[in-house]
Formats: sequence, structure tokens, C-alpha cells
Amino acid sequence: MTTTEMVGQWRTEVTLRTHGVYAALGIMIAFNMLFTPNFATLSNLRLQLVQVTPVVIVALGMAVVVATGGIDLSVGAVMALSAATLAAVIDHGAWIAMGVALVAGILAGLFNGLLVGVVRVQPIVATLGLFIAGRGLALMIAGGRLTEIFDPTIRSIGTKQIIGGLQVGVLVAIGLTVIVGVLMRSTIFGKRVVAIGGSPQAARTAGLPVRRSLIFVYILSGALAAVAGIVASARSGASDPSFVGLLIELSAITAVVVGGTSLAGGEIRVAGTVAGALLMQLIFATLIRHDLSDADARMVQAVIIVAAVYIQRDRLR
Amino acid sequence: MTIDTTTRVPDDGPLDDVAAHWSRGSVTSLIQRSAAAIVLVVVVLLGVVLFGSKFASTANFANLAVSSSFLAIVAIGMTFVIISGGIDLSVGSMYALAAVLAAYGSQWGSFVGIALPLVVCGALGLVQGTLIGRLGMPPFIITLAGLLFARGLAFKVSDNGNKTYLIGEDRWMKVLGQGRWFGVGIPVVIALVVFAAGSVLLNRTRFGQSVFAIGGSEEAANLMGLRVARVKMLLYALTGALSGLAGMLVASRSSSGLSTIGGGLELEAIAAVVIGGTLLTGGAGGLTGTMVGVLLLGVIQNLINQVGTLRSFHQQVVSGLFLVVVVTAQTIVGRREQS
Repeated sequence: MTTTEMVGQWRTEVTLRTHGVYAALGIMIAFNMLFTPNFATLSNLRLQLVQVTPVVIVALGMAVVVATGGIDLSVGAVMALSAATLAAVIDHGAWIAMGVALVAGILAGLFNGLLVGVVRVQPIVATLGLFIAGRGLALMIAGGRLTEIFDPTIRSIGTKQIIGGLQVGVLVAIGLTVIVGVLMRSTIFGKRVVAIGGSPQAARTAGLPVRRSLIFVYILSGALAAVAGIVASARSGASDPSFVGLLIELSAITAVVVGGTSLAGGEIRVAGTVAGALLMQLIFATLIRHDLSDADARMVQAVIIVAAVYIQRDRLR
Repeated sequence: MTIDTTTRVPDDGPLDDVAAHWSRGSVTSLIQRSAAAIVLVVVVLLGVVLFGSKFASTANFANLAVSSSFLAIVAIGMTFVIISGGIDLSVGSMYALAAVLAAYGSQWGSFVGIALPLVVCGALGLVQGTLIGRLGMPPFIITLAGLLFARGLAFKVSDNGNKTYLIGEDRWMKVLGQGRWFGVGIPVVIALVVFAAGSVLLNRTRFGQSVFAIGGSEEAANLMGLRVARVKMLLYALTGALSGLAGMLVASRSSSGLSTIGGGLELEAIAAVVIGGTLLTGGAGGLTGTMVGVLLLGVIQNLINQVGTLRSFHQQVVSGLFLVVVVTAQTIVGRREQS
């Protein structure tokens, strides 16, 4: 193989790696428009967006954590904590309740951040603690029960349609995507996050505030998970700590990886992550609509994840 | 390593690294290993003081041992993978798949009921190992996909969870789950045999030394001429087969194959391994610690069950906080030893 060919092949791979997710998303949408009846209706598209909203919000935080070379397994449990605290203080008004839920998420993130940044426990073990304890704590707060939410302000997040017929929750997700995108692309914090992921040692030597940045990254992930918990509870009209956000950490990690970010850290693709979440949602919905069972859909998803990682495999290493 | 940020580069050469493994970190690892054991003793004494013969009865201990044996078998496989610097998230789903396949297979006789889950889970593990070892794909993602795939397959075999296969009254394989041998439950005996065999494999064979070497430094292991890819393939086949064994035993015990069991078992196993002092960075650890970790989690659960008013979520909180405390202590002690 000549050098030119090798460079050519390398370019193809890089392009496929960075933009493959958009191509796949385009293909899925085209396929559905052609072969799935009632796919291109507004109501269906809206439904798909509403269903994927919590995953997108959580995946944004996960992408930032992964960029530092870490991982946050506790996001589902933090969603449960957020939902439980939301319901516990709902009598004091919707805004206070949402504020308290957000604070719960921030505290959870701070806990993870201190373990990872200060004690320097590995992220997977540090967040495993809250993964196990968080949902239990949420159930303790909620007395082990599901609580219905009647508050009209909170319900409207899941039901009220504004701009373009999109629900408030969906708009929140879009807004957060833009904020995280700008944060990562145009601020010093964003550069630091990527630098820490690239080489923590070098970042430390260069005098970057590694500890503080890591704490903030996990706080961000916790806060976003809390928002996802509020949005999910608002949509279902109930705070259900046993099931809200169950296994969402896996969907979020999948979205990040399918979106083209390496789990090794040192890079971030915010738009790719959102596209990854949309792609997995669309694939699942398509398989179900075409009469594949839930069991088959899971197996196909597994194969797609492996294929996505295979394409993105880092040959240069 | 793909999942950690704080990989410590071994400061010795690769050859020294393997040989001097335990001696270099012997004080640290001694503290780490005995810390979990000391806590176990304290917790057991606490149980005796608080609940007396309600806790410290032969029946309760026998019960505790049997219910811990399934996690123990899974965690032994997990220890191997973690020492090699990898991780296996698929074990919980494999466990459920094995339970379903054991019950499904038992309609053609006990032999099929025992062999089918072991072969299928071992083969799925081998596929994961091939993708990880030969193609160099990250274990976290591959076994995450394996988690989805195996659970999907378990649902598929059981008609999307609508059908639960039962193991017939006349099948002798039930002895494996329900029988006793000198008063000890057969699952406990099997777990102990797996532990003994695993210890020999890990500490006394070429394969075991390769596992340590790969976890210490994969590059160095490669340069030493170790067959890294093949070791990894075997490793994931081993965790698959052990999860299969545990799932088959639990099906034999309950006479049925439920496709919904084992959710989160992978993280419980990882917790047990970490509490037992095996480092997630790879290259260090042992099976004895893992067994202590499994027993600790089991005893905590058992004690919380003794308090009638507490529920399973209280146990989650205690276990989770416990993990954090142990890991924090280990990390701080480990750092002090290093500096």
C-alpha cells in the first residue's frame, strides 16, 4: 500500500468516524419515510422526541464526563433522587420543588466529583457507590412508593406545546444542548476538560486546576441528570423512584459512543452525542414498528453498537 | 485501559513487575485484603451481638452461604477479567440467559439442561473475548453490547418473558441447586470448588501469570511475547461460562428459568471484587479478597433482613455507602504506601 493510499484510507476512516452517525441517522430517517406508514407525521416525530428527551439530557453530561476519561454510572440513580425530592417538597410550590430536585442532583454530583477529583478513586467505582445507594436513598425519601404529581406547572413541562408544537421538556433539551455545546467549544473550561482527558498528568503539570474542573464536571452531570428526572416525572405525571431512569446510564453511554466519542477521553462531540441518542431511539422505534419483538430489538441494538465501535476503532494507536 | 483516568505506570520493568508483584505492594495489599476481612469479622460479631441466635444459627448461616454462592461464582470470573485490566458488564444478562436455557434445555433431560447454558454463555463470552482480544475493541463497550444481546436472547427464548420454563420434578439436575452434601448446600460446594480451581489457575499457572502481566502493562506483556489476544479470549469465555454455571445453579434451585433475574449483578460483582482489594486498574488482586467481598455484601443483606422493619432499599444504601468507604480507605492507604 502506498503512502497516498494509506492517507486516503485514513481520511475515509476519520470521516466515517466523525460523521458516520449523521449518515446513519439520515439513512434511518429516509428508510422510515419510505417504508414506515405514518412515520413522517408530526405527532409521531413529536412522540419520538419526547421519548428520547431524558436520554439526550443525561447523555450531554455523560459526554462531558467521558471527555475527561471518566464515566458516570450514577445518572439513573440521580434521576430517581431528583424525582423523589421533587415529589417530597411539591407542596411548597413547583419552582421550589424543582430547585430542590436540582440541588439534590448537584449534591450527588459533588459527592462523585469529590471522590474522583480529590480522593482520586476511579470514576467507575466512585460512581458505582451512588449507583447502588442513590436509588435506595430515593426510595427512602419517597417511602418506597410512587407519588402522583398533580401540580399544573410541573405537568405542563411534559404536556404543554409551545414553539413549533414542541413540548417544554424537548425545548429544555435543545437549550441544554446549545449551552453544553458552547461551554465545551468556546470556554476555557471546555478546553480544560478535553486536556484533562487527554492526559491528566500533563494537565496537572501544566498547572491546570484538575481537581476543581473534575468536581465541576461531575456536578454538571448530576445537575443534568436531575433535570432529566424532573422532565421524566413531569411527562409521566408521577414520581416513580423505582423505575425512573432505570438503565439510562447504558443508553447515555451508548449515545456517546455511537456519536463518535472515544471512551478513552480527550475529545468530545456534543452534536454527535445527541445524534447518537436520536439514532438509537429511531432504530429501536423502527424495529418495533416493523413487528420485531422487544427481544430482537435489543439484540439488533447490540450488533449496531459493536458495528459502530468497529468503524470507530482507533487504528492509529 | 479505556475506563480509568489514573492508570499508574508500573515503575519496574515488565519482568520484575510480574515477579515482584506481590512483594512490591505486599504491605498495601496485605492491608487492603485484611481490611475487608477485619470488617467482615466486625460485622459478623455485630450481628451476633444484636440478633444473637437469630443471626448466629446454623440454618441462617447455611442460608447465607447458599444465597452468596451464585454471586461468588460470578465474582470469581470478574476478578480474573479485572486483574487483566478489563471489565465484563454482560455477566448479569448471561446469568439470566443461563437460567432460562437451563430450564428450557431440561425438557430434553438434565444433561442438556446443564450443558446448554454453559456452552452458550461460554461461546458468547468467547465472541466478546475475540472482539476484545483480536480486534482490540474496548471491553466496556463490547460487554455492554453483550449485556443487551444476552438479555435479548433470554427474552427471545422465553417468548418475550411471557413463558417461564420449569424444570420437571423428575430431573436430577435439581440436586445441584437444592441438594446438600454433609449438610452444606451443593451450590456452596460448587462455589468452593470453583474458588479452589480458580486460585490454582490464577496463582500457579502460566495463564494466571499472563493475566497479571497483561493487567500490569499490556504493552510489556506483548513485548515479552505473551499471547495477549488468546489470553483475553479465554478470559471472557471463562467469565461467560462461570456466569452460565451460576445461572444454571439458580435455575436448578428455583426449578424455573426467569428471564428477568440478574439485573445489576455485574455491578454487584464488581463491587465485591473491589471491596476485596482487587484494583480496577488491573495487575493486582486475588480471589480470597473477592470471596470476603461477596460474604460482606451477603452478611450486610442478611443483617438488614433480620431487622424486620427495614426494606431492600435500605440495604442498597448501606451497601453503596460501604463500597464508597472501603474504596476511599483503600485509595488513601494505597497512595500513602506508594509515596
